[in-house]
Amino acid sequence: MTEKTERDHVSGTETTGHEWDGIKELDTPLPRWWLYIFYASIVAAVIYWVLMPAWPMVNGYTHGVLNWSDRRNVAAEVQTLEASRAPMFARLASASTADLARDPELQEFARAAGESAFGDNCQTCHGAGGAGAPGYPVLADDVWLWGGSLDEIEHTIRVGIRSGHPDARMSQMPAFGRDHMLSAAQIGDVTEYVISLSAARDRLHPNAQSAARGAQIYLEQCAVCHSATGAGDRTVGAPSLVDDVWLYGGSREEIRRQVELGRNGVMPTWERRFDDGTIRALAYYVHQMGGGEADQAALAPATSTPVLDQDQGQQSGANVTP
Amino acid sequence: MAKITLIDRRGSDDQHGIEAEAVNSKAARELYTKRQQIYPKLAHGFFRNLKWAAMVVLLAIYYITPWIRWDRGIDRPDQAVLIDFEGRRFFFFFIELWPQEVYYIVGLLVLASFGIFLSSALFGRVWCGYACPQTVWTDLYIYIERWIEGDRNERMRLAKAPLSLDKARKKVAKHTLWLLIAAATGGAWVFYFGDAPTLFREIFTGHADPSVYLFVGLLTFTTYALAGTMREQVCTYMCPWPRIQAAMTDQHALSVTYRGDRGEPRGPHKKGESWEGRGDCIDCHQCVAVCPQGIDIRDGDQLECINCALCIDACDEIMEKVGRPKGLIAYDTHVNVEKRQRGEPAKIHLVRSRTVLYAVLMVLVGAIMTYALATRSTLDLNVIRDRSPPFVRLADGGMRNDYALKLINMAPRVRRVRITVSGLDGAHLISNGHQVDANGAIEVDTQSDGVANVRVHVAAPSNVGPGSHPMRFTITDTETGEQAESASAFFAGAAP
Ligand code: SF4
Ligand code: SF4
Repeated sequence: MTEKTERDHVSGTETTGHEWDGIKELDTPLPRWWLYIFYASIVAAVIYWVLMPAWPMVNGYTHGVLNWSDRRNVAAEVQTLEASRAPMFARLASASTADLARDPELQEFARAAGESAFGDNCQTCHGAGGAGAPGYPVLADDVWLWGGSLDEIEHTIRVGIRSGHPDARMSQMPAFGRDHMLSAAQIGDVTEYVISLSAARDRLHPNAQSAARGAQIYLEQCAVCHSATGAGDRTVGAPSLVDDVWLYGGSREEIRRQVELGRNGVMPTWERRFDDGTIRALAYYVHQMGGGEADQAALAPATSTPVLDQDQGQQSGANVTP
Repeated sequence: MAKITLIDRRGSDDQHGIEAEAVNSKAARELYTKRQQIYPKLAHGFFRNLKWAAMVVLLAIYYITPWIRWDRGIDRPDQAVLIDFEGRRFFFFFIELWPQEVYYIVGLLVLASFGIFLSSALFGRVWCGYACPQTVWTDLYIYIERWIEGDRNERMRLAKAPLSLDKARKKVAKHTLWLLIAAATGGAWVFYFGDAPTLFREIFTGHADPSVYLFVGLLTFTTYALAGTMREQVCTYMCPWPRIQAAMTDQHALSVTYRGDRGEPRGPHKKGESWEGRGDCIDCHQCVAVCPQGIDIRDGDQLECINCALCIDACDEIMEKVGRPKGLIAYDTHVNVEKRQRGEPAKIHLVRSRTVLYAVLMVLVGAIMTYALATRSTLDLNVIRDRSPPFVRLADGGMRNDYALKLINMAPRVRRVRITVSGLDGAHLISNGHQVDANGAIEVDTQSDGVANVRVHVAAPSNVGPGSHPMRFTITDTETGEQAESASAFFAGAAP
């Protein structure tokens, strides 16, 4: 940079002395406003270091005079939010079904709180909006295994199904095939009969002879829980076989496989995980998905009522199976 | 009032001359040049008065509008003009608009656009000269500058003078007043977005929202910078309108024009001298001295010229003094100047195809908007179909779809509406929470001037085929019979 500089006559600014093919570079100073903002930024940065957490140290970091912490602030905000919601949860927990029906504000709260809890905890199995999945009941429909009133739904959420909770909802579909209670032919016949009972007969067209043979087996093995008409029994959690809604799939093969394998799903108990208000909110949310039923007064929540325990199933199976 | 430097120009006894350089004149224009301060002299005359009047009216509209009250009933804002972002409403006297009705604003903007097209086609840059906020506030700022520091010559002298107590006092007074006006401008702006009296109190007690202070600060800064220090540079370098303007006008649009046919050859004129063989322009530079844009109108049409017409006033004053007819500078066209040069009669064409077209379009848009406003529906319905689950199979073999209905009631009273579905055989409403009556309808209350959310379910019998079926929701005001409809769909799945 030893080149001689000169003054440009148009702008009155010095050149840097660099020249390319007659084009000279002006040594225009930084615009003042830019320079001042630059200095101000440096000052602001130093002030920031002093006030706010800034520099990493060997153990931890400089906390700054203000001792600012986003983590603490968020925790405090969450706490404030929870505190502000607590009265509504308390109101919800103590509200009777009739109270809830009369109170649009409480309903709105229950719906919102329920939706949020459902999304975090239930949606994985039951699907968004209670859409269900094979093996996981649809909650949005009007088909209920254990009852669709607000109270029944709430009880199911509390105790779970085959959950290990002392009062858990319990039912046991035997595995007629795997446990050799029925022969493959018998299972085929009973499947045809079940189809003939259900609304699926219009699309699956059961074999009449096979179904007639299956009728006898059905009466011996299945009617205890599913009832002679196939209407099911909610007190024992036995699904209705007359509709066209199938927990493990509605094709002929899927129905047959359920008779063969008798799969029994598990729903955890949520009593220890949620407070009463949240459970009530969840129940309300599920109830209003569309299939919720009116409350039957004083319908006592079913306690552990295994219909067919393992022994019975095997015994009766032994009678039939050669 | 105005001090005119008496100078001896080439030995003449011309008393009207002034040493005034058009700092932005065509001749002075270079690729690289620093801005030179302009010290516009006060003009007197018809257009100056017109501009004072326009300034008073426009500033009054701007500052007073938020304070006008308009009774809308209990619990409703009583501010005549209010843009309520939080409540999502726009209030304009008897009109109340919702966000989705933004097309009224669009209509207003279209109307304004045609308005400015028309005014440009007729009178060139009248907007720039009289109504543009940049012009109005700059005019106000120059008025204050002149009041404190004196007219052109005194200001120029003050600028050159070394710093003295008097100079400091004047500068401080000027900038303080400017800042106060700037703050009032920013302050008035925020009043359009909240209840003015409340906001006024909050601002001064320090209780207003930080965003309020931010906007007041921002507009204070821009007003002060644009009207106080940047002035003509905004028009010349920042504003797109002078560029667009060229497409809006044609050779027949009136603009402030120096009638060269009459003025040339220019030159100083001694009292009593003959006017034979010379032009009327005595080259006194008064038109340059008053120009806020720092140009010489005698150079012809220029991008910098905002058509403020102050040079017309300045020149008319001179013409009167020297005993020549007024209007050496006037609203005219170059076509006319050329015609007169050729000895042809000049004519002003205000009625042209484009001005007629703009006028017709304005009437049309205005009529459409008035009609739309007069027949505006106050009931609306939005339907959102639940996508998860897409459909629900019922125990009886039928299908069910779920919908979230938004009942939009723009009237300031609770209205009862009947919800019905149509368009799909056998489809019927079911609802847990609301009573479905014998006709298959649900009656619910809307909110007063608000949106009510209602969840309903629609069930269709088992024979509805798989796929999507069009369907409509209708809400009917049980009292007035006013209806709103929304198309939706019913989706049914295949067999399990
Ligand atoms: S030339 Fe005349 S009309 Fe144009 S800006 Fe200057 S004073 Fe105004
Ligand atoms: S146009 Fe008028 S004001 Fe301008 S220099 Fe000529 S006489 Fe003076």
